[in-house]
Amino acid sequence: MKEALSRIALTAKADIAAAGNPAALEAARVKYLGKKGELTAILKGMGALSPDGRREIGQIANETRAAIEAELGSRLQELKSKELDARLLAERLDVTMPGTHHPMGGRHPIQLVLDELKEIFLGMGFDVVEGPEVETDYYNFEALNIPKDHPARDTQDTFYISDNVILRTQTSPVQIRTMEQRKPPIRVIAPGRVYRSDAVDATHSPLFHQVEGLVVDKGITMSDLKGTLDTFAKRLYGPETVTRFRPHHFPFTEPSAELDVMCFSCHGEGCRLCKGEGWIEILGCGMVHPKVLSICGIDPEEYSGFAFGLGLDRIVMRRYNIDDLRLLFENDLRFLTQF
Amino acid sequence: MDLSMKWLAESVKVDVPPRKFAEAMTMSGSKVEGWAKEGNEIKGVVVGRVLSIKKHPDADTLVVCSVDVGGAAPLQIVTGATNLAAGDLVPAALDGASLPGGKQIHSADFRGVESQGMLCSPGELGLTEHDFPYADANGIFVLQEDCKPGDDIHAAIGLDDTVVEFEITPNRPDCLSVLGLAREASATFGVPFEKHEPRVKRALGDISELLSVTVENPRLCPRYVARVAKNVKIAPSPRWMRERLRASGVRPINNIVDITNYVMLEYGQPMHAFDISYVKGGKIIVRNARPGETLTTLDGVNRTLSPEMLVICDEEKPSAVAGVMGGEYSGINDSTNTIVFESANFLGASVRTTSRKLGLRTESSSRFEKGLDPMLCIPAVERACELVELLGAGEIVGGIIDVDHADHAPAVLTLEPDWINRFLGIDVDAEEMRRILRSLEFTVEGDKITVPSWRADVEHKADIAEEIARFYGYNKIPVTSIRGSAQGMLTEKQKFERRMVGVLIAQGLYEITTYTFVSPKTYDKLRLPADSPLRRSVEILNPLGEDTSVMRTTALGSMLDILSKNYNNRNPKAALFELAKEFIPGENADVLPTELEAITAGLYGEGFDYYSIKGVAEALLEEAGIRNFDVTPVGDNPVFHPGRCASISVNGETLGILGEVHPLVAQNYEIDARCYLMRLSLPSLLKNAAPAGVYHPLPRYPASARDLALLCSDELPVQAIEKAIRAAVPDILESAELFDVYRGSQIPEGKKSLAFNLVLRAADRTLTDAEVSAAMDRALDAVKALGAELRS
Repeated sequence: MKEALSRIALTAKADIAAAGNPAALEAARVKYLGKKGELTAILKGMGALSPDGRREIGQIANETRAAIEAELGSRLQELKSKELDARLLAERLDVTMPGTHHPMGGRHPIQLVLDELKEIFLGMGFDVVEGPEVETDYYNFEALNIPKDHPARDTQDTFYISDNVILRTQTSPVQIRTMEQRKPPIRVIAPGRVYRSDAVDATHSPLFHQVEGLVVDKGITMSDLKGTLDTFAKRLYGPETVTRFRPHHFPFTEPSAELDVMCFSCHGEGCRLCKGEGWIEILGCGMVHPKVLSICGIDPEEYSGFAFGLGLDRIVMRRYNIDDLRLLFENDLRFLTQF
Repeated sequence: MDLSMKWLAESVKVDVPPRKFAEAMTMSGSKVEGWAKEGNEIKGVVVGRVLSIKKHPDADTLVVCSVDVGGAAPLQIVTGATNLAAGDLVPAALDGASLPGGKQIHSADFRGVESQGMLCSPGELGLTEHDFPYADANGIFVLQEDCKPGDDIHAAIGLDDTVVEFEITPNRPDCLSVLGLAREASATFGVPFEKHEPRVKRALGDISELLSVTVENPRLCPRYVARVAKNVKIAPSPRWMRERLRASGVRPINNIVDITNYVMLEYGQPMHAFDISYVKGGKIIVRNARPGETLTTLDGVNRTLSPEMLVICDEEKPSAVAGVMGGEYSGINDSTNTIVFESANFLGASVRTTSRKLGLRTESSSRFEKGLDPMLCIPAVERACELVELLGAGEIVGGIIDVDHADHAPAVLTLEPDWINRFLGIDVDAEEMRRILRSLEFTVEGDKITVPSWRADVEHKADIAEEIARFYGYNKIPVTSIRGSAQGMLTEKQKFERRMVGVLIAQGLYEITTYTFVSPKTYDKLRLPADSPLRRSVEILNPLGEDTSVMRTTALGSMLDILSKNYNNRNPKAALFELAKEFIPGENADVLPTELEAITAGLYGEGFDYYSIKGVAEALLEEAGIRNFDVTPVGDNPVFHPGRCASISVNGETLGILGEVHPLVAQNYEIDARCYLMRLSLPSLLKNAAPAGVYHPLPRYPASARDLALLCSDELPVQAIEKAIRAAVPDILESAELFDVYRGSQIPEGKKSLAFNLVLRAADRTLTDAEVSAAMDRALDAVKALGAELRS
């Protein structure tokens, strides 16, 4: 029986090694360890042996079984690992093929930049307010210290609906409406469409966008105006931005200024981008004219404020290097999908 | 305003390079747009003296000149000109010279004779007969100037000025003058402003014997000043005057006209000179035009005047439109002997209205419009007369007519240094403020500021603050943060808008920005019926063109325009949206319209159908938390396909409309593809939006899912079945989802098969089979009542 056992150990080892897949391995297990298996048959035949012989053969038989089971186990691991390798090999993909995705749309570039401006000003404590686009002459001009026949009206060619109603030429009327509706402290921006009767070309459009800003409170100073707008410029164009406030004139602010940023391209030397000036004008601003405060029922002896207005479209054009304003209103998808 | 630096130097000595000058003036409030050196295109041209002229051996039309250009040996220069004589001084362009227009001069061979340069005509130097009336425009420029061979041509002919271009804001008409800018430059650079008092040396006779002036409308003409010069000799003005005018961009004409322009440029006061022989009866009357009166102005146009216009007349008829333009038959001509200088002040608003109405804008009108200083009239007319004497152009008649209704009281303000410092956020002492104001010729005594007459723009302490700020330096004002805290917050509406935009972008739509004014033809293209209220728009009285003449009442046309543009640009598909404004007019044009806000969307191209646009709407409704909306078929909207259009409403309130575009509308927009539109009212969506939801516990008990396959009429809307099922199983129905629709074989004609998956669940227990079956029975009964049956 010893010989039979050692023969079984040998053939089992060979069979297990030869099993090429889990099913063949299972067949080998059944062949040796199954109810009718060869090792089982030997164990069954041990009854005929002497107690000593049974002990001896039993020990050997158990060792043989353990050896076979170990062989089976390690062979199974081996086979599984080979099988997994084969599967992974078979499942190889061209990983460079395009991914599947749901197509996303996008915001219009004007709105993208406007959102950015809104975030900057929200972060500085400004609310966002709105006003009508078809506006009265009173709000658009008179209340802003631009009476009828004022020469400043010549610089803003106006679309008229009637003698008293126009398409607003600026977002400044929202200042007046805001001061009528809110009591100081006021910190608002008012983005929106404005209209001037300019013929369409690469840099002009009869409809464009402005963002107005207004701050009114006790003790607001021109240095606050500078600080606020300097911070704004640095948030919009980066911390290295150099600003310059240059005297200017607007009927509804006094003193008035224009804010220039140093040309990003030539750093003040003068180049094509800045038309040789070294500076790029980005907005107009000033201390709210005391007359305007009075018109809105705010006592200019108690309160002061500043206001500013910037042309959004030109900021958009510079941001994305767009050389023709018309592209913004043509809405060709080949353009829109670039942002 | 073009400023000659030479002219400026007569009253202010500023010795800085143009770039520094420009920067400093810009920062003190007179913005410089640019500057240029006159004649900067001319290089390598000197004065030459023609020593001898010989015939060219091989060309009849050429001569060979020997020209002394100040060098060791004379040059040999060939020319075709015939106006030269030995001894003439001429401009000689040397080898390597350049001329205006980029022309380069090099030594060249002319039929075997070398020419070592070129002699120049006035035109070749960029000059005209107006600049040098004595020069032969068709020949070489024979110089009658004080110069010698070898002199640089720029200096020789006075082409060496620097011209600085200013952008003057409309509140500062005083700066549209050499003296106004000199005053600013003096304050900017801290150098003295040397003023010249014009004085007439010799006056003969008395003006009152020749002329009287009556002003009928003193409101429109606060001041009218006149002086007379007789024995006038019309001639070209001297070189220095022509140079100044040329540098200022004004063409020299003759001495008298040049004097009026010179004074206007120097003082900022428009002047008018006219021949007294055209003043009938020697009476000037300043009055409103009579109805129907006409006048042929200097430009040769016959203009019909209206009664609000102010005119300068004699006894009979108008000779000038006040402050705008003179008449054709009152001007100066070669036989003029006695002239009147008018130096008047007209009301800016009136000049502006007149000039607009006549469509005639002149240098004079654009100055008067801004409101001029009536105190300028006298010095300006005195200066003109002084120049007449200086130029020897005539004799000044004694006396001056001054019809003066102007308010001479100067504006008086109080200097409030503390307020100014607080307002500007600076700390400047009162004495420095006084110094700044005095440098601008304000009179300051203690805290009393007297504003100079030419500064009508200064009327409030804020204006004083601006003067202080300008000369203290805007850039020296510190940079501070606003005191106090503030929270910037978007409104509910603004937040909602952002959410809606987020959904639209996630759905693959791109945002567009369109014009809010459209062509009234839009309404035809949209097939709106003649009586549609949407055809009544806010109309622009002065549109750029018909295409942009009315404010849109619906943004659908704009969306179709953009779809069409994309389609015709061969973009294969498009999915677009806009947050659009629409304008519904009020009762009349004086009432502001209602501005509606809508979300519009548009689609065309492969993969899109009716359900795509409906899906866009449903995604928006889902984000808004609006679940119980109704979808109602709409068969009569002219924009849409009658069988593929629906309105969306909630609790009876219409939120919007969507569907496939009617083929005739698509055709009107030249889109040869099916396209789809949606319009939802933004405020209605917001109004019906669910407030932020609260958490529902996750289900603890299992659900039972059952399918329900139905057969029903093709006409029966799915929405009706869904509603019936929901109503029948109100408590335990978690969802009822349509997962299959089938028409075709095995289904009778006119019927469809619908398959729903119902998920039933109770929050507090596991449903029993009996409960589930009972619920399914109730659902089935409910749909049977609609005419559907169980599909076996």
